[in-house]
Amino acid sequence: MTSDIQISSKPLNIQSAIDWVMSPESGGIDVFIGTVRNSTKGKPVIRLEFEAYEPMAIAEMEKIVKQASDKWPVQKALIHHRIGVLEVGEIPVIIAVSAAHRAAAFDACRYIIDTLKQTVPIWKKEVFEDGEVWVAAHP
Amino acid sequence: MKIKILAFGVAKDILGGTSVNLELINDATVYNLQYLLEQQYPRLKQLSSYMVAVNNEYALPGDSLHERDEIAIIPPVSGG
Repeated sequence: MTSDIQISSKPLNIQSAIDWVMSPESGGIDVFIGTVRNSTKGKPVIRLEFEAYEPMAIAEMEKIVKQASDKWPVQKALIHHRIGVLEVGEIPVIIAVSAAHRAAAFDACRYIIDTLKQTVPIWKKEVFEDGEVWVAAHP
Repeated sequence: MKIKILAFGVAKDILGGTSVNLELINDATVYNLQYLLEQQYPRLKQLSSYMVAVNNEYALPGDSLHERDEIAIIPPVSGG
């Protein structure tokens, strides 16, 4: 299994992510693309601001990819996460996984995004017209 | 010993910057650090939870700290 894990302050490129995981041995690619939604609980969101503890975030994402490849026969796995200011419709994260058969690609892709959201030290702040809030910080 | 603590996300707002320096007893544990931080920055206790990372790994309360460790406060993560 090979992986490509990056944190970037530049816009993410969906096509190059897909191209990177594609291989002659693969029978399927599963891609998750996170996008900035225009509202939270009915309240309009102006933009999101992401920050990362970069060395630890990279280390945690490497662990997740390793766990996924221990669980499923994954061929290539890619995680690209953006940081900085993102407007509605922009892409904070791309996960792409290739495998010989689709089940492994679907399962591994879902595991990677679900676990990323629980363990990787990256934070987002939602900016509203009348204020801002760090997501999940308070009960 | 003197240690430097990195802060991210909401912890940066609570600590008033991207890092703070603290004086701790030698061989202090993560638990000792959290106790001291919560005395100085009571708003930490209002968070849903927070973790301490030592040298880029999540640490447990009983883990001991050393002067040159890279220590960070990790408030609830929200990437993706």
